[in-house]
Amino acid sequence: MLDLTFDTPKPKRITGAKHDWELVIGMEIHAQVSSNAKLFSGASTAFGAEPNSNVSFVDAAMPGMLPVINDFCVEQAVRTGLGLKAAINLTSAFDRKNYFYPDLPQGYQISQLYHPIVGEGEVLVEMGPGVARLVRIERIHLEQDAGKSIHDMDPTMSFVDFNRTGVALMEIVSRPDIRGPEEAAAYVGKLRQILRYLGTCDGNMQNGNLRADVNVSVCLPGAYEKYQETQDFGHLGTRCEIKNMNSMRFIQQAIDYEARRQIAILEDGGKIDQETRLYDPDKGETRSMRSKEEAHDYRYFPCPDLLPLEIEQGWVDDIAAAMPELPDAKKARFMADFGLTDYDASVLTAELDSARFFEKVAEGRDGKMAANWVINELFGRLKKEGHEITDSPVSAAQLGGIVDLIQKGDISGKIAKDLFEIVYTEGGDPAKIVEDRGMKQVTDTGAIEAAVDEVIAANPAQVEKAKANPKLAGWFTGQVLKATGGKANPKVVTELVAQKLGL
Amino acid sequence: MSDALNKMTIAGARDALRKGEVTAVDLTMSCMTAMDAAGALNAFVHKTPDIALEQARAADARIASGEAPAMCGIPLGIKDLFCTKGVPSQAASAILKGFRPEYESTVTSKLFDAGAVMLGKLNMDEFAMGSSNETSTYGNAVNPWRRGNDETPLTPGGSSGGSASAVSADLCLAATGTDTGGSIRQPAAFTGIVGLKPTYGRCSRWGIVAFASSLDQAGPMTKTVRDAAIMLGAMSGEDAKDSTSAPIPVPDFEAMLTGDIRGKTIGIPREYRMEGMPEEIEALWSQGAEMLKDAGARIVDISLPHTKYALPAYYVIAPAEASSNLARYDGVRYGHRAKLAQGDGIVDMYEKTRAEGFGPEVQRRVMIGTYVLSAGFYDAYYNRARKVRALIKRDFDEVFAGGVDAILTPATPSAAFGLGEMKDADPVQMYLNDVFTVTVNLAGLPGISVPTGIDRQGLPLGLQLIGKPWEEGELMNFGQVLESAAGFAEKPAKWW
Repeated sequence: MLDLTFDTPKPKRITGAKHDWELVIGMEIHAQVSSNAKLFSGASTAFGAEPNSNVSFVDAAMPGMLPVINDFCVEQAVRTGLGLKAAINLTSAFDRKNYFYPDLPQGYQISQLYHPIVGEGEVLVEMGPGVARLVRIERIHLEQDAGKSIHDMDPTMSFVDFNRTGVALMEIVSRPDIRGPEEAAAYVGKLRQILRYLGTCDGNMQNGNLRADVNVSVCLPGAYEKYQETQDFGHLGTRCEIKNMNSMRFIQQAIDYEARRQIAILEDGGKIDQETRLYDPDKGETRSMRSKEEAHDYRYFPCPDLLPLEIEQGWVDDIAAAMPELPDAKKARFMADFGLTDYDASVLTAELDSARFFEKVAEGRDGKMAANWVINELFGRLKKEGHEITDSPVSAAQLGGIVDLIQKGDISGKIAKDLFEIVYTEGGDPAKIVEDRGMKQVTDTGAIEAAVDEVIAANPAQVEKAKANPKLAGWFTGQVLKATGGKANPKVVTELVAQKLGL
Repeated sequence: MSDALNKMTIAGARDALRKGEVTAVDLTMSCMTAMDAAGALNAFVHKTPDIALEQARAADARIASGEAPAMCGIPLGIKDLFCTKGVPSQAASAILKGFRPEYESTVTSKLFDAGAVMLGKLNMDEFAMGSSNETSTYGNAVNPWRRGNDETPLTPGGSSGGSASAVSADLCLAATGTDTGGSIRQPAAFTGIVGLKPTYGRCSRWGIVAFASSLDQAGPMTKTVRDAAIMLGAMSGEDAKDSTSAPIPVPDFEAMLTGDIRGKTIGIPREYRMEGMPEEIEALWSQGAEMLKDAGARIVDISLPHTKYALPAYYVIAPAEASSNLARYDGVRYGHRAKLAQGDGIVDMYEKTRAEGFGPEVQRRVMIGTYVLSAGFYDAYYNRARKVRALIKRDFDEVFAGGVDAILTPATPSAAFGLGEMKDADPVQMYLNDVFTVTVNLAGLPGISVPTGIDRQGLPLGLQLIGKPWEEGELMNFGQVLESAAGFAEKPAKWW
């Protein structure tokens, strides 16, 4: 079992002119479901296609067209729910959220207001070794994405691209359990990590694969604890929702700005209007999206084109049985099985591809040494060149080969670095390279002994000094290694030097 | 014989085609001639003679090969609500002006795959909203029937008024209709033809312009009950493209018309006895019950206690769904877009486009629907209407569970009325036309309107039979017994 004991981080406090304030944050994450086809049509979801090329009659809301649920998207939502330890609702239903906008061809978004497919779950968000925030998930529902309106292509006209119209989204709604900008970013990061492990969302924030609406309110210290005791929102401040952010950095900036804005209003004796706001990264501020008069009345009602979504427990069980190992479990296992530090285990499990790579390198080898080579040498080198682990020029087998050579004592750590460089730039089997290029460490004591004798004979003054001060024996070791071009096994050299000098 | 081919029934034409006594091309030409001569009825709003002849020739080849289904070579009219590939499909609305779908509705696909011939598109109330055909952007269709020698033009009913008019006047052998609150059964009754609304989910709604999705259902409008059985067989069946179509096998409906209803039980619901109902309809209803009794059925009084709430519930639910379904007609992608003035924005485009494109009745229903779904009114209207709907369905369930096999009611509260007569009336007066039919849609049941008599003014009257879910075969068997007992054979005198 996982050891889930952790300390809770302190909430972020902001010192106002009159009081200290605390932040209370809840998030709605819109995660694009990884699926080849859209939620209710067979059109492709491929990113970056020619505008309006991935559009079916259903997506374009042609007269008489009807939605048909894509079972795979349902499966992905269930998988996500299981990954967040959430309740799966065997009966859920779709509703229409009605509003007019050119990128919403139907004039309504099909969503799940009243009966979402996934109920309550949780996410453990680590803020440092042994420190974590448990964020409760309220619900996850499936819904359609809208298309894209383009207002800057023509001075008099707007354009719409329906490629994204109808793509499946999971809206993951948290409780107001997040207590600061850093926690918010860490929460998004953790959710993204889990979704990527599950294969249910690519999590590419730049492409809009993962977008966040952030609800921010502020309260005086102590109020939040009362809320947690009673679950009565009355203890919390009025919240504002900052819409549609797709960068961790912007999320943090926006929360910080918004909290300070609210504090300034409250300390001035004002009131916070519950409203929807947008973050402007250029100005670094949030601004109101629409006034109350313009507030939408979405006129939700059950979508009459779709029957309630009924799934069977057996099907959910099958999905559960095939669940991959998730980040928390993997990290704990890496620490236990390979003796890794919390930090190294975190780094190696951040991305599933990295974890898989590491496991291949570590299998049957020294785990710590494997971790060092993956993190320090490989990751360092990849990062420098802007490569991903998936297009690493050095394979796990090659890196494992290098580690093997070190473990066997065939090469020293220093030679190994040279070898890594050769494998990285030229490729090839590490063992063969070592053999062909004569990089093998000399462990033949006879040859090393001769070299030691030579150095001792050539430096009688140093010998006297070393005999008086044994710490100087290292000088001889260095000379021998130098003389053998680094191939002599340093351990053997050290031993022989000590022996010959009679230390 | 060729001038009378258009007067054939589907069953008669099928047999004659198979025997080689007529060809599909002759049959089609005969209908086209009748159609061309019937401009005064304004039933067809778009004719497709090229498609018709091509389909007829293909049908003749198929018949010659000996492998032809029953509908092969049968000339049909198609309600404008059905999307037909490459052919104008406007739901009789100006907002879909010029719209030619790139796809074929499932129902018409099935009919054409079975060899049926499309003569053209038929008039209707705009977006199927109306009971008199007067909300059509094409102007109303006209009932071929008249009050004796009175030349007052009468409504063919609605919304499938063009279909009813065309079948009644023998412009085609049969037509497709759709029924959301009575739109097949009421016009059938007004024009002396048979109209069947199948169980909700029997026919795919894919490719039919949506009015109220939870109520809409396509069905046949024919000259005889037998024809309805043949045509329904070709129209219905599960469709993967419509989640609400039912995975229930389609039986041989025609084979179920045995004429034997002995031992069956027919319920007469006391709540359908409306105050102010014309005596003639009252009398017809009793006669209908007698006819079924004479054929061996047991007649019992039943109660459907929530009937009186059906019309208000219907006029909440249907507009609510319509307000959402019609949101897609916004001028952005297809159909009409208003000319914009300098500086007009997207909201102006929506408002002008929809104000110009939708007629007053459609606008009224969109506004009602928007209102009943809006924050603060949702529970009072929409949710309450849904509860009423569940109670109405439960009324029927209980009656059927109690051993009733079908329910007999009048189809309409009156015979066809004069066009324009309701012009200044409260819209609710028009809605009252649906009083006997909406319960069936709310409960998702099959219902059939069968011409059963002629009133004092010489106009046809129909009775409605309501059946158990998925029992259209049995329902049509009752219908056929009524049809033959009534011996309704009158046709409108040709004046057009």
